Amino acid sequence: MYQTTYHRASSVDEAVSLFGKSSEAKFLAGGQTLLPVMKQRLASPSDVIDLGKIKELQGVELSGDVLTIKAATTYYDIMTNADVKKAIPAIAHLTSVLGDPAVRYRGTIGGSIANNDPAADFPAALLALGATVKTNKRSIAAEDFFKGLFTTALEDGEIITAVSFPVPAKAGYEKMRHPASRFALTGVFVAQTKSGEVRVAATGASQSGVMRVPAIEAALKANWSPSAIDSVSISASNLLADIHGTAEYRANLVKVMAQRAVTAAG
Amino acid sequence: MGVEGIGARVVRKEDKRFITGKGRYVDDIKLLGMTHAHFIRSPHAHAKVKKIDSSAALKMPGVVAVLTGQELVDDKVGNLICGWAITSKDGSPMKMGAWPAMAPETVRFVGQAVAVVIADSKNLARDAAEAVVVDYEELPVVADVHAAIKAGAPQLHPEAPGNQVYDWVIGDEAATDAAFAKAANVVKMDLTNNRLAPNPMEPRSAVADYDAAEEHYTLYTTSQNPHVARLVLSAFYNIAPEHKLRVIAPDVGGGFGSKIYIYPEEMVALWASKKTGRPVKWTSDRTEAFLTDAHGRDHVTHAEMAFDANNKITGLKVKTYANFGAYMSLFSSAVPTYLYATLLSGQYNIPQIHAEVIGVYTNTTPVDAYRGAGRPEASYLVERMMETAARQLKVDPAQLRRSNFITQFPHQTPVIMAYDTGDFNASLDAAMKAIDYAGFPARKAQAKAQGKLRGIGVSCYIEACGIAPSKAVGSLGAGVGLWESAEVRVNPVGTIEILTGSHSHGQGHETTFCQLVAERLGVPISQVSIVHGDTDKVQFGMGTYGSRSAAVGLTAILKAMEKMEAKAKKIAAHALEASEADIVIENGEFKVTGTDKAIALPMVALAAYTAHNLPDGMEPGLKESAFYDPSNFTFPAGTYICELEVDAGTGKTSFVNFVAADDFGRLINPMIVEGQVHGGLVQGIGQALLEHAIYDANGQPVTASFMDYAMPRADDVPSFNLSHTTTLCPGNPLGIKGCGEAGAIGASAAVINAITDAIGKNNLEMPATPDRVWRTIHAA
Repeated sequence: MYQTTYHRASSVDEAVSLFGKSSEAKFLAGGQTLLPVMKQRLASPSDVIDLGKIKELQGVELSGDVLTIKAATTYYDIMTNADVKKAIPAIAHLTSVLGDPAVRYRGTIGGSIANNDPAADFPAALLALGATVKTNKRSIAAEDFFKGLFTTALEDGEIITAVSFPVPAKAGYEKMRHPASRFALTGVFVAQTKSGEVRVAATGASQSGVMRVPAIEAALKANWSPSAIDSVSISASNLLADIHGTAEYRANLVKVMAQRAVTAAG
Repeated sequence: MGVEGIGARVVRKEDKRFITGKGRYVDDIKLLGMTHAHFIRSPHAHAKVKKIDSSAALKMPGVVAVLTGQELVDDKVGNLICGWAITSKDGSPMKMGAWPAMAPETVRFVGQAVAVVIADSKNLARDAAEAVVVDYEELPVVADVHAAIKAGAPQLHPEAPGNQVYDWVIGDEAATDAAFAKAANVVKMDLTNNRLAPNPMEPRSAVADYDAAEEHYTLYTTSQNPHVARLVLSAFYNIAPEHKLRVIAPDVGGGFGSKIYIYPEEMVALWASKKTGRPVKWTSDRTEAFLTDAHGRDHVTHAEMAFDANNKITGLKVKTYANFGAYMSLFSSAVPTYLYATLLSGQYNIPQIHAEVIGVYTNTTPVDAYRGAGRPEASYLVERMMETAARQLKVDPAQLRRSNFITQFPHQTPVIMAYDTGDFNASLDAAMKAIDYAGFPARKAQAKAQGKLRGIGVSCYIEACGIAPSKAVGSLGAGVGLWESAEVRVNPVGTIEILTGSHSHGQGHETTFCQLVAERLGVPISQVSIVHGDTDKVQFGMGTYGSRSAAVGLTAILKAMEKMEAKAKKIAAHALEASEADIVIENGEFKVTGTDKAIALPMVALAAYTAHNLPDGMEPGLKESAFYDPSNFTFPAGTYICELEVDAGTGKTSFVNFVAADDFGRLINPMIVEGQVHGGLVQGIGQALLEHAIYDANGQPVTASFMDYAMPRADDVPSFNLSHTTTLCPGNPLGIKGCGEAGAIGASAAVINAITDAIGKNNLEMPATPDRVWRTIHAA
């Protein structure tokens, strides 16, 4: 690791102010990506501003039909939260299969979506559930937030404060774990909103990051059942391919995981 | 058996310090004035080193020195050696290129060191390393065996034309061909044994300390065999004479073979300590471990097995290309020859075997022995062949094995090994019973009704352990003898120290070796200490690998114990005014048999050291040593059966049951044996399902971190169902065969046999990743 200056911010305002004063600062949430990258000397921020201890970024709120998860809430706290389990159990499930126990104790929802790894689990949940990303400046629809591999709509110095999820009628998430990293080799989140809209998002599959899967959405809109997806054809072009999964395999996983997510959603 | 004697499930003495974080590993050692080394490594798989400019780095804070490969040459430091000479079929010696510890001219794999920065801290060394400018001229690359053996392929070493180290053969080719000519059926297969990275939990590390006043060196290092390290460093590398070099291997966190070898970094640290006049520490990070720890396996093989009309095997023909990587590591040459082809008879009566092994250089990390070393490759080949043959001949796979088992011992195979004893039917029976083999068809049908693909796979392995009779290995080209030494010191107050040339890096020697003493003397193991891993304390030793520490190392201790006991009995008889022949040892006392006359061990020891009243002519003291050289290899064997289900939608494998029935001869501590089997099975399953060290066509490693290299985790493996059948090894007095490698040797074939049974397609390479299995299921 290169030398850096560590700051523990006690409020979002202080974090923003510290960021403004630094030449090349990075915000630190759970550190599950940033710290390994820094240890390998692949990132060399002048300053690291820790958001993890900011009180206003912690916790979960269920208000009517909206579940709000504050940005610095850890996966473990999300996974074990009673409101999450009650309102959107698919999110509790997603966090329970995310990474490994060490990652779940440290990693946060805000850190995950700000990093927007193309194989991260949470972006699929946001996109499928039509979530809204709240920042210190504005609200951004999930649709507009994710901009491709490791890229988001966040501006320089902008801090995610929370994610709001409309509570769906039904939702499910299933993933094939990457055998080494435990990211999603491919994961699919399916959701049916209370107004009957169907949204399906896949992570770990596309070369451009998390994506909606319109063909499966249409099939499920017509018939919410795993068998409705049987005849859907997913193209392998533009899908990721690596030593753990060919593009054809990932195309298959989009279908199979979607079917299993529908079964899990009930 | 006493409560702490042979056969007792004694809790491990060493675990208190390991579990409470009090283990003392090399990286825990901090010496006054210690510097830190950071190696500058080639980013290219093959390149000329044109120029190294360290001028900017030398001006950076805390930098003590930047040393290069040319300075090693100038100081006449020797190249790394390969310690086992193999002769090709044309009678020529193996053809090796030089392996300098840091490359002065040419780099041949990604990660090969070209220079080292020595600085006041690890971070300062790393900072300065980034300022060293190395000018490379890239050369064409061969990254796998297929590329390396092509006509016109880029050449690694001028000494080895065609990138060929040797073309070695074993067995009678004409007789084997004749057997095939008469065969009723021939089974043919192409097999790949995937390259693995060993990944012990503790990475390699060295702390080197040169004392200028005494002209003496101390090297603390992560070694499985510190005496061999001292021997090689002294005899071949021209760094320090043996009597001026102390090598200490303290607590070592796993090795699996990868810590047998003397690597460039350890010898450079030793040399640099003298150059700089300061102690030098180097500790590998995980990526360096992936790049530089000797890899394992990496064979490409074509095999054919001949059967007569009664499904009896009549012959086996094997042609293997073994990838050695860019250089010949310490024991690499022996692995695909004498540790591999000599086990191709498996548990079967095979009248004729002929094998040809072609050793090949590629621009990859050097390959050497890794848990099992050649024997997993042999066992995988034989057991995949047997399963394939059963499918082709349409007979039950267990029955085909049984009808070909060797049942008479000793048995001379056509490939050197003479099996001393075994009962292969017993272990097959035990495993079949444990897994309810007879009930499998019903379970498979039931699973099918639920849309699941269920399979069962058998693997009957045999291995040659207790390495090894020195005269025999010497005649086959080994540069060392493979005996073991021990010393028993009974202290004046009766506590006991056992000094052993074996080295524990996870095996539990501090417990099992004490159990032998407890068994013989009836003293609690708390009164016994094991001393190992220090060349200044232990006279000599060949170290721990090849499942040899109990069969060879413990037998050496037994020999020393017998000498000590004989002397102690004389002292006791003298004190008790009895005949030496009437003295028996029970519960820590020397007794006159049939009487109540006795003298306790501490009193015997005290008498030995006070020497006030010893038998006439007896030397004082109670300390004996012994060297033990085994008369043969030992032959652990057993049957593993795996039952699993494959998810047709994803290709993912889930274990239903995994049974192991092993014959290791006598067990000293069954709990520790079970731990060894568990670990071995996980490594075998890891090879079958997950692990693969991969290079791209440019020789760039694709799997140099745990983000890409899939190590097995607890939830990837089942809970194992273990049992033992026993035939005592006749080759050593304790009847021990060894247990350290069996799991890794036998497991992978059981898994692949089960998956191919489940999916109904026989051709499937390791690792059977979900993607690969899914594609195999859906292949036309």
